[in-house]
Amino acid sequence: MSRYITRLRMRRAYKWNGRPVSKDRKLKRQYYESMSISVEGKTEDVTVSLGQYILIEGDDDDNPFVAQLLKLYTDDSGKKKTAVVQWFVRTCEVPQNKRKLLGRHPHPQEIFFYQDCSCDNEVDGETILGAVQIEYVPVEDPFPKGKSKGILFVKLLWDTKSFRALDPELMQPPQSSKSPPPSSRGPQTRALPTPDLSVMKRAMSGILTRGSMSTGKMSSSEAESLHSASKLSAAKALSAKRRSRAVSGPHVRKKLDLCSPSKNMTRDDVLGEILDEHTEKTLTSKLNTSPTGRISISIRLTRLNLNEEECVSPLSSHSPDKPRMTAYDKDESTSVFLGVQPFGDDDAEPLISTCRTPRKREATPRSAGLRGLKARTPSRRKDALREPALAALAEEEHEDSPVQTAATPRSKRKSAQLVSSRIRKQLNLLGNTVDLQSDGVDGDDDDCFVPAKIDLQSSSDEEEEAKIDSEDELIVKKRRGSGTSRSTEKTRVSARTPRKTPSKKTAPATPHTPRHATPSIPSRSAPARKPGNVLEEARDIYNFVESKVIDGTGGCMYISGVPGTGKTATVHEVIRSLQQSAEQDEIPHLRFIEINGMKMTDPHQAYVQILQKLTDQKATPDHAAALLEKRFSAPAPKKETTVLLVDEVRHLLLVTLISIGYFLFIILFDWPTRRNARLVVLTIANTMDLPERIMINRVASRLGLTRMSFQPYTFKQLQQIITSRLNRVKAFEEDALQLVSRKVAALSGDARRCLDICRRATEICEHSGSQKNSSGLVGMSHVMEALDEMFSSSYIAAIRCASVQEQLFLRAVIAEFRRLGLEEATFQQVFVQHQALCRVEGLQPVNVSEGLTVCQRLGSCRLILLEGSRLDLFLRIRLNVSQDDVLYALKAD
Amino acid sequence: MCVLMLCDYVCVQAQKLLRERLCHQKLPDQPVGLDSQYKHLLELLRRTAVHGESNSVLIVGPRGSGKTMLLGCVLRELMSLREVQKNVLLVELNGLLQTDDKIALKEITRQLHLENVVGDKVFGSFAENLAFLLEALKKGDKSSSRPVLFVLDEFDLFAHHKNQTLLYNLLDVSQSAQTPVAVVGLTCRLDVLELLEKRVKSRFSHRQIHLFSSLSFGQYVDVVRAQLSLPPDFPDPKFSDEWNHSVTKLCEDKTVEEILRRNFNGSKDFRSLHSLLFLAVSRVSVSHSTLREADLIEACRLISADSKANVLHGLSILELCLIIAMKHLNDTYDGEPFNFQMVHNEFKKFIQRKSHSIHKFEKPVVMKAFEHLLQLELVRPVDSGVCKVQREYQLMRLMLEHGQVMEALQKYPQCPTDVKQWALSAFG
Repeated sequence: MSRYITRLRMRRAYKWNGRPVSKDRKLKRQYYESMSISVEGKTEDVTVSLGQYILIEGDDDDNPFVAQLLKLYTDDSGKKKTAVVQWFVRTCEVPQNKRKLLGRHPHPQEIFFYQDCSCDNEVDGETILGAVQIEYVPVEDPFPKGKSKGILFVKLLWDTKSFRALDPELMQPPQSSKSPPPSSRGPQTRALPTPDLSVMKRAMSGILTRGSMSTGKMSSSEAESLHSASKLSAAKALSAKRRSRAVSGPHVRKKLDLCSPSKNMTRDDVLGEILDEHTEKTLTSKLNTSPTGRISISIRLTRLNLNEEECVSPLSSHSPDKPRMTAYDKDESTSVFLGVQPFGDDDAEPLISTCRTPRKREATPRSAGLRGLKARTPSRRKDALREPALAALAEEEHEDSPVQTAATPRSKRKSAQLVSSRIRKQLNLLGNTVDLQSDGVDGDDDDCFVPAKIDLQSSSDEEEEAKIDSEDELIVKKRRGSGTSRSTEKTRVSARTPRKTPSKKTAPATPHTPRHATPSIPSRSAPARKPGNVLEEARDIYNFVESKVIDGTGGCMYISGVPGTGKTATVHEVIRSLQQSAEQDEIPHLRFIEINGMKMTDPHQAYVQILQKLTDQKATPDHAAALLEKRFSAPAPKKETTVLLVDEVRHLLLVTLISIGYFLFIILFDWPTRRNARLVVLTIANTMDLPERIMINRVASRLGLTRMSFQPYTFKQLQQIITSRLNRVKAFEEDALQLVSRKVAALSGDARRCLDICRRATEICEHSGSQKNSSGLVGMSHVMEALDEMFSSSYIAAIRCASVQEQLFLRAVIAEFRRLGLEEATFQQVFVQHQALCRVEGLQPVNVSEGLTVCQRLGSCRLILLEGSRLDLFLRIRLNVSQDDVLYALKAD
Repeated sequence: MCVLMLCDYVCVQAQKLLRERLCHQKLPDQPVGLDSQYKHLLELLRRTAVHGESNSVLIVGPRGSGKTMLLGCVLRELMSLREVQKNVLLVELNGLLQTDDKIALKEITRQLHLENVVGDKVFGSFAENLAFLLEALKKGDKSSSRPVLFVLDEFDLFAHHKNQTLLYNLLDVSQSAQTPVAVVGLTCRLDVLELLEKRVKSRFSHRQIHLFSSLSFGQYVDVVRAQLSLPPDFPDPKFSDEWNHSVTKLCEDKTVEEILRRNFNGSKDFRSLHSLLFLAVSRVSVSHSTLREADLIEACRLISADSKANVLHGLSILELCLIIAMKHLNDTYDGEPFNFQMVHNEFKKFIQRKSHSIHKFEKPVVMKAFEHLLQLELVRPVDSGVCKVQREYQLMRLMLEHGQVMEALQKYPQCPTDVKQWALSAFG
C-alpha cells in the first residue's frame, strides 16, 4: 500500500484516513478527505486534509513546494495516491529576471499564489511532506513580525508574467480550509476575463480533436450527461444557480463558500445526487415557471465563467455513482438544499428558456468553454508525457479507458508526432535561448515569450502535444540524470511530482537555465549550438534519419550549402537529439560515425577511418574496403542502424573519376541501398549539383537521393544567432547588431563571419572603452571599424605607403597601358616609361636592375601580376588593382 | 706603437660591432612605427595564451616591412609573462621549408613532442600522422590543455598545398572548442585571402594586420644614424665619441643625403639600407678610422650597379660588335626577333663599310662568339623548346635595354672609336 521515497533518508508511510468519501466509477477513483503521513522514527502522524496547505517534495529539500490541497483520490488498485493542489511559489522559484517586477525585496517567508493554467496541479500523493501554515497578508499591510519561521505569508498573485494583488477570497484561512473546490478553483475563473492570450488561443484552437485519455473520458461523460435530457436540465439548474450567485455579488458568493458543506468533493456529488433524484422533478418544474429574462444573463455569463463548466463536469461525471452516495451523504443533502433553495426564489425562469439554452450553449459558447477547460486540464499533460516515452504505461491506460482506445486514430501518426516532438524539443531549447536572448536585449520582459508561445499554440494540436512531450521528456531525462531509479513506475512518479518545475521550465526565464555570463562574447566554444532557424532543415534531416532508423532501412541524403550556414552543426544537433531519444528507448539504437573529406590525406583513407570508427580495427585502405564491403553486405549486427556523416564529400572525389575515390562515392551511395545494411549516409558538400556533375547515369539511377540545400542565413537569423550566443549579456547596441547582421547577410550569410566581426568589435570596444568613458556597449562605430578592418581592401593603403619608385612604376604601368590600349605590357616597355617619368620628376633615372627590383617588390605584394619571371625584360605585367584605384591612391598624396 | 695597436684594436672592435648589428638582424627593443599593430597582435596572442581563446590572424606586409620582427617582438614579450612561459607551445612552420602537408605535419608533430615522436623522428604514415594530430588537438579543451601557437611563415605557400588540408584543419580547430590554438600567418601577398578555398576562408577569422611603413625621410635618416652610432657602453669612450660625431656629420652631408634619399626612394625597407651601410662600414680600415662620404658613395655605386652592364664589360670586341649589330636589328625591325644569319650580315656590312680597326672574322668564329653570348643569356632563343631549325636560323632576342648597351660602351675600356660611332649611328 505504501511506497517509500528513498531519496529522503526518512521513510514515510501514507495512509488514508477513514473511508472514501466518494467514488467515481467511471474514472475508477475513490476520493478521500484526508491522509495521514507517518514518519519513521516519529510517533505522531501528520494528517493532511482537504483545504490545508501542504509541503510537497521537490528538487530543493530546504524549500519544498507549497500548495493547497484540493482533492485526494486513489485509483482503482488503491496503490496510487494522487492529490490535486493549488500551487504557491516561493520567491526563489520565480524566474530571476522577473523578480524585479516585484519592485521590492521579497520577504524571506513570502510566497505567491501561483496562477498558471499550464501548470499541472496533480501530484503524487506520496510526495506530500506535511502541512504548513500560510497567512494571508493584505497588500497594503506590512508583513507581520515576530511570527515563527514556519509560517509563510502570501500577499500577491504570480501569473508567470507579473505580480498582482491577491484577492483575499482566494485565500481561505486555514481554519475554513475545508472550502469547496469551486472556490479554490476561483483564481482560474478570475484569470480568464483578463485577456490571457495563451489560454484564449488554446481554447480556440480546437484541441479537443485530440482525444487524450482523461479529457476524452471527461468529454464523453459530459457529452453523455448533456444528451440525457434529465441530467442536462439538472446540470443546467446547477450552473444557473452558480450564475445567480455570481451575479449577486462577491459577498453572497463568499457566504456561499463559507457556509457550503465542508467536504468539497462530496458536495458536488451530493448536489448531483440531489439534482438527479429530486430536482429532476421539483426543480425543473420550478424552473419552468421562471421568467424569460434569465436567458440573456445565462448566455452572457457562460462565456466568461468557465468555472461553471467545471462545476458541471464533476457533477455529471459522478452521476453514475448515485445509489451509493445517497446513503453516505444523506445528512449533507439538506444543507445543499438550503443552498439551492434561494435559487428557486430569486429567479423564475420559464421552462422554454431552459429547453432552449442548453442547445445554444452546447452549440457555441459552451464548446469554446469546454475547450478552454480541456486545454487547462492538467491530466492531459500527464498522458501526453506518458504516451511517447512509456509506451507500456500508455497501454495500461488504453485498457482501462475504452474511450481512449477509440480515440486513437492518431496512433498512425505516431511516428510523425514523435518526430515533430523531438524536433520541437530541440527547437524549444534553442528557441528558448533565442527568445530569452532577444528579450534580454529588447528589455521588454513581458512580451518576450508570449509570441513564441502563441505561435506554438496556433499551430496544429499535434505540435502542441509535441511541445508538451518534449518538455516532459526533458524532465524525465533530467530526473534520470539526478539518479532516480530507472524503473518505469518510478520515472512516472518522479516525472509527475515535479510537474510544477517543468511547466515553469517552458516559461521564459527559469532560474535553472544554465548560463555562463562572460562579459565578452563567448568565443566559439560551442560550435554545435546553431540556434533558431535550424527549423526546416533540421526537421527534414531529423525526419529522414529517424524514419530510416525506425524502419531499419538505409538511405542517403545529400546536403549542400555555402560555408557557414550550419550544415554540420545542424546534423550534429539532429544526431544528438536522436541519440537522446534512443537512450530513452523510443527509437532503435543508432550508431554515429563521422568522417570529413578534408581531414584525411587521401580518399582511400575514408575506408580506414570508417572501419576504425566502426570496429576499432586498423587496416590498410584496400583491406578496410573489403571488410566494410562484407560488413554492409551482411545484415547489420545487433540490428542497430549506422549513421554515417561524410563531411566535405567533394574532397573524396578529387582523384580522377575511375580511381578508387569515385568507387568510394558509389559505395557510399550504394551501401545504403543494400538490404539489411541499415546504413544511413548523410553527405555534406558546398555545391548543389555535385551528384549530377560527378555521377554517370548508372550511378545516378541507383540513388534515391534525398536532397537538401541550406540557404545562407538572412539577417534576421544572423541576428538571432548573435543574440543567442551573447547569452543575454547586453553587450551590443541594437543598431550595431543590425549593422553586423545585415552586412554579413548581404555579403555571404556566413554565420562564422558574423561572429568573428562581433568578436573583433567587442575587442575594439574594450580598447576604446578603457580610454574614455563610453556606454560600455559595442556601438556602431566599433562595428564599423571591425567591418573596415575585415572587409576593406588593403590595396589602396599599400599603394600609399609604397616607396617613390614603386609609385612611379605603377604610374608607368598605367601610362604604358594607355599607350598600348592593352591591359598588359612587358617590363621593357614599362621601364622606358618609368625612366621618362623619373626624368619628369627630377629623379635620377633607375637602371634596369633597380627597375626590376621595384617591379618584383610590387609583384610580391600582388599589386601587379607578373608572368614569366624568367623572361627578364620581356616579363609580362598586368595590374591587380583597377587603374582608377591606383590613380586615386596616387592622387591623394 | 702600442697606442697605434690599441687604436687598431678599437677600430676593429667598432667595425665588428657594426657589422654584427647590420648582419644579424637582431630584434629591436621596440618595433618602430608599428605600435598599434604590436598591441593588437600582443593582445590577441595573450588571449590565446592566457585565456585559451582560439584565434587566427594574418600579418600582411611587403617584403622587409618587419612582419617577422613584429611577431618576434610580440613573442618575446609574451614569453616574458610568467603565466605564459611554461604554458604555450610554439610551432613554427615556413612555407618554403614545409613544402607540402606531409612534411608540415611531421614538423608539427615533432615540435609538439607528441607521443609518436621518438627522438627527432616521427613515425607513421602521412594519414596516421594527420589522424593522430587531429585526435590530439580534439582531445584538448579550453581550460586544461596548453595553447598552441602556430606560426606559418610564407602563409601563401601553404595555400598552394593540395586541398589546403593543413590550413583547413588548423583553422577548423581554431573555430571549434578544441585545444586552444592561434594560427598566425605571415605573408607579403595582399590577395592572400583569395587563395583560400571557400571552406577554409569561412573558417578563417578574417583578422589581418597590415604592415605598411609610413616612414618619412627624416625618420629614415634617424634610423641610419642610430644604426651607425656606437653604443654608450663601448670600451673606448674617446673613440666612440669621435665616431658618433663623424656619423652625425656624415648624415648631414649633402651627397650622403642624396644617396640615402635615392635608396629611400627605391624602397623603404631596412634590409636594403643595411646592405648599403654594411658595404660602407666594411670599407672602414685602420688607415681611415671614421666613416666617410666616399665610402657611402662607393657602396651606393656597388649596390646600384646594373648587373648586365657589368657583364658587358667583360665581353670581347667581337662579342660587343655582335651586340651592337643586334641593337641595330632591334631598332630596324622594332624589337622583332632575329637569327644569327641576320646578325652576321649586319656585322659584315659594318666590317666592309666602316671598320678600320677590326679584322675580318671567319664565320665559325663569329658563331662561337654568338654562342658565348647565348650562354651568358644576353641573347635568348624565342622559343626555348627543341626545334629542328639550324642554329644559324634560330630566332633570338636580345635581352639588353638600349641604355644598357650605350652605358656599357661608354665604360668599355679602350673601345675603338669606329665601334662607338657605329653604335651611335642611327642605322646600320
